[in-house]
Amino acid sequence: MKVSMPRWFYQLASPRWFYSFTGKLLPWFGLATLVFLSVGLVWGLVFAPADYQQGNSFRIIYIHVPSSILAQSCYMLMAISGAIGLIWKMKIAHIIAQVCAPIGASIAVMSLATGAIWGKPTWGAWWVWDARLTAMLVLLFLYIGVIALHAAFENKASADKAAAILALVGLVNIPIIKYSVEWWNTLHQGATFTITEKPAMPPEMWIPLLIMVLGFYCFFSVVLMGHARVELLEREKRSDWVKQLIERY
Amino acid sequence: MSFFYATLKRELLLVFRHRSDIINPLAFFLMVAVLFPLGVSPDPTFLSEVASGVIWVAALLACLLSVDGIFRSDYEDGSLEQMLISSESLWAIVTAKVITHWIVSGFFLALISPLVAMMFFLPEPAYPSLIASLLLGTPTLSLMGAIGSALTVGLRKGGVLISLLVLPLYIPVLIFGAGTVQAGAMGLPIQGYLALLAAILVFSLMLAPIAIVAALKISVRS
Repeated sequence: MKVSMPRWFYQLASPRWFYSFTGKLLPWFGLATLVFLSVGLVWGLVFAPADYQQGNSFRIIYIHVPSSILAQSCYMLMAISGAIGLIWKMKIAHIIAQVCAPIGASIAVMSLATGAIWGKPTWGAWWVWDARLTAMLVLLFLYIGVIALHAAFENKASADKAAAILALVGLVNIPIIKYSVEWWNTLHQGATFTITEKPAMPPEMWIPLLIMVLGFYCFFSVVLMGHARVELLEREKRSDWVKQLIERY
Repeated sequence: MSFFYATLKRELLLVFRHRSDIINPLAFFLMVAVLFPLGVSPDPTFLSEVASGVIWVAALLACLLSVDGIFRSDYEDGSLEQMLISSESLWAIVTAKVITHWIVSGFFLALISPLVAMMFFLPEPAYPSLIASLLLGTPTLSLMGAIGSALTVGLRKGGVLISLLVLPLYIPVLIFGAGTVQAGAMGLPIQGYLALLAAILVFSLMLAPIAIVAALKISVRS
C-alpha cells in the first residue's frame, strides 16, 4: 500500500520554498503579535480587576502562564520536528528542531523567573519545591541537554540526528517525570502551598490571558521563523538560490 | 539467543579481567556517601533522616560515572562498527552490554549498600527495601545511561556532557527509589513503590534499546 503525504508536506521540505513562504508569513505574524500582545498587556495590566486576595501582584499571570504553556509546547514541537527529520530526512524539520531548543530554554527561564517574582509576595519565598516548579526546572535541564549535545558535534547532520533522538527520549520521559515529581511533592511535604486555582476566574480576567497566550504563540512563531531562516541561509550558503538572493541585495 | 549469551559472556569476561572496573564504582559510591557526614553533620538522627536520599544519589552518581565507558573501548578499537554492520541482532548486543554494566554498577552496589546504610544509621527494617529498590531501580539507570553513552561515544569529551543528558532522566527513579527506602524505614508497605520501579524498568527495557541502537548508528557514522 502506498501512502502519499499531502503536497504541502513535500514543498515544506524544499529550503527555497520554505524561505520564500516564511518570508511572506512573517509580516502577518509580526502584526498579529503586536496586536495581541499590546491589547493583552494593556487589558491585563491596567483594566482587568485586581485579585480579591493577591491584589495587583497577580497580574504577572499575564506573562507567567503564557510562557509556561509555551515552554512545554515548544519542547513538543522540537521533539516532533526532530522525529519528522529522522523519519523523512527533512532538513527543514531538523533546522526547526535546532532553533526550537534555545528559544524554548529561554522561555522556560522566563517562566521560572516570573514564577519566582510572583512567588515572593504570594508565598514569601522566591523558590519553593513545588511539583510544578520542579517540573519546569527539569524541562529547562532537558533543553540544556539538547543544546549541549547539538553543540558538541562538529558534523551538523549527526548533531541534528543525535539531538532529535535525545529530544524524543525526553518527550517520552516528560510525563513520567511530571507525575513522579507531583507524587514526590505530595508524599514528602503535603500541600503547604497550592498554586492558586483559577476555576472561578471572571471573564474580564481570563480573556486578556487568552489574548496573551495567542500573542505569545505568534511571537514564538515570528522568532522561530526568523531564526530558522537565518540558520537555513547559513546551511545553504553554497547553493545557487542563496547566492542569487545575496546578489540581489 | 546463543548470540546473546556469547556477547554477554564476552562482556562479563572483559569486565572480570579488569577488576578495577568493578571496584572503582563501588569505591566511588562509598566515598560520595562519606562526604555527606563530613560536609553536613555526623549527627545520627540527621543521618538516618537523609540516608535514603544520600544512598540513592551516591548510587546514581556511581552509575553515571561508569556508564561513559559502556561503548567507548569497542568504539575506539573499531569492534563496535563491526557489530553494527554484522547481520546479528543489535538489540542483543546492546542488551548484553547494558546487563553487564548493571551487574557491575548496580548489582554489586546493591549488595554493599547495607554497609553505607549502617554508617548512616538507617533503621534496620529499611534494609530489605533499600536492597530491593536498588535492584529494581539501577537497571533503569543503566539503560538510560546507555542512551547518553551511545549518543556521546563518538565525541572526544563525553564526561560532563553525558551527565547533562542523563541526569534529568534519572529523576523519576531517584524519587521512587528513595521513596521506597523512606517508606520501608517508617514501616509502611513498599509494594506500590516497587511496582512503580518495576513498571519504569519494563518500559525502559522496551524503548531504551531502540534509542541506543539508533544513537550508536549516528555516533559510528559521524
